[in-house]
Amino acid sequence: MISPRYVREVPQRYRLEASKCKTCGKINFPPRLICPSCKSREFETITLSDKGKILTYTVIRVASAIFSRETPYAVAIIETTEGAKLMAMIADTNLDDVAIGKKVKLVFRKIQDEGVSGLHCYGYKAIVI
Amino acid sequence: MKDVAVIGIGMTKFGELWNKSIKDIFVEASLKAIDNAGVDHIDSMYVGAMSSGLFVGQEHIAAVMADYLGMGPVPSTHVESACASGGMAFRQAYLDVASGNSEIVLAAGVEKMNDGADATAVLATAADQEYEVYNGITFPGLYAMMANAHMHDFKTTPEQLAAVAVKNHHNGFNNPNAQFRSEITIDTVLNSTLVADPLHLLDCSPVTDGGAAVILCPLDMAKNFTDKAVKIIASTQASGTISLYERESFTSIKAVVKAAEKAYKQANLKPSDIDFAEVHDCFTISEIIVSEDLGFFNKGKGGFAVQEGKTSIETGEIPINTSGGLKSKGHPVGATGIAQVIELYEQLTEQAGKRQVKNAHIGMAQNMGGSGASCTINILEAL
Repeated sequence: MISPRYVREVPQRYRLEASKCKTCGKINFPPRLICPSCKSREFETITLSDKGKILTYTVIRVASAIFSRETPYAVAIIETTEGAKLMAMIADTNLDDVAIGKKVKLVFRKIQDEGVSGLHCYGYKAIVI
Repeated sequence: MKDVAVIGIGMTKFGELWNKSIKDIFVEASLKAIDNAGVDHIDSMYVGAMSSGLFVGQEHIAAVMADYLGMGPVPSTHVESACASGGMAFRQAYLDVASGNSEIVLAAGVEKMNDGADATAVLATAADQEYEVYNGITFPGLYAMMANAHMHDFKTTPEQLAAVAVKNHHNGFNNPNAQFRSEITIDTVLNSTLVADPLHLLDCSPVTDGGAAVILCPLDMAKNFTDKAVKIIASTQASGTISLYERESFTSIKAVVKAAEKAYKQANLKPSDIDFAEVHDCFTISEIIVSEDLGFFNKGKGGFAVQEGKTSIETGEIPINTSGGLKSKGHPVGATGIAQVIELYEQLTEQAGKRQVKNAHIGMAQNMGGSGASCTINILEAL
């Protein structure tokens, strides 16, 4: 049994689908029903590129139970080349190589095992390149 | 709108209160406030609590607390705004009295965090579950990201972060209700284990059980109950983006800036008119960022200010977190905003003992939720 929430978010988590405001051009990730910048309700769906850079980051040493076996791991705020922003765990990267300004590539990965059934949940992570 | 006063205060000791339930904690703090104010009834009550549902499995908390406080019929309302729940409950109580709807109102906050819940997971519900927490971030992690950005942009140092904890522990040493009454050094902080780089364990506020309560009434009624009333001269609130990643800046919190602008306007004051402040130091970096966003210091200078003693009780131009702050006093999330108001009350009525700020006439309490998606600011003045 997959949760409805998980299925609902597949377009964002699997394909990086965002909404671009037709009035002011702001890219919202995840998509929204009203643009927080200009209040327009007209959007076009775009797919973000897999390229971006780190705006800020941290290394998590103490995690909640669901991620406790993965510590230490880095999480970063990424700005994609289109100017969209998102938060992602860093994968396949030496922690010493994570820094503000570093370029990253977004990849499709397993994120967590949800609930007592341990359902595999997928999404995006970032690799420093 | 009527002028409103705080006429009584009460709080439990903050800490790991193994032998007290959430009801015990709430009722103990509330009865102390009722007794302290000398009122024989209340007209309504507001209960600030972040997540009694996840911490102890109890929802419908406003009705539970009205019942156990023996206040059965009075309207009781739960106010939730994550870590700002207490401050928001205080503001709702203020509005209830200011509007003329009620006369004697209880504003109380409570949290029971040490009853077996995964506190890190519960606190993380104050962030966006689907796009932040899903990807592994924690609350210390969100503030650590702000710290890294602040250090990158303004050359703020780990020693400056640590100086916040050292100062607040020093203040909390003289607060009998504080969870941690111990002096620490910069080295103690820097040698404590890393929780989320660059934040060490001692950069973080603790997991705490506690309750805090105040009684409000119209200013013109206050003298009927006490000669120690304090006037509320501003009460404001603002909202920001729930997700840190959506912000234009990671080194300034817009909800704080907006709530402060409104508060200064409402009280007709400027930052330099504030004699002392209780600010939301859930992490050392948040005290630095907020002290800048409130206008006490220029952006980027908050870390230098604390290092130079500009926020200490003894030498400071604007003493900050004289109670010990969330860092040393403890952070039972729903109670925190009320406990900040209690510190203002004690300072403004010259009952703060060894923590007393000289010539304290105007104090500010700044309480925020999550990574700053909500903020309430209350300014109180001595009479």
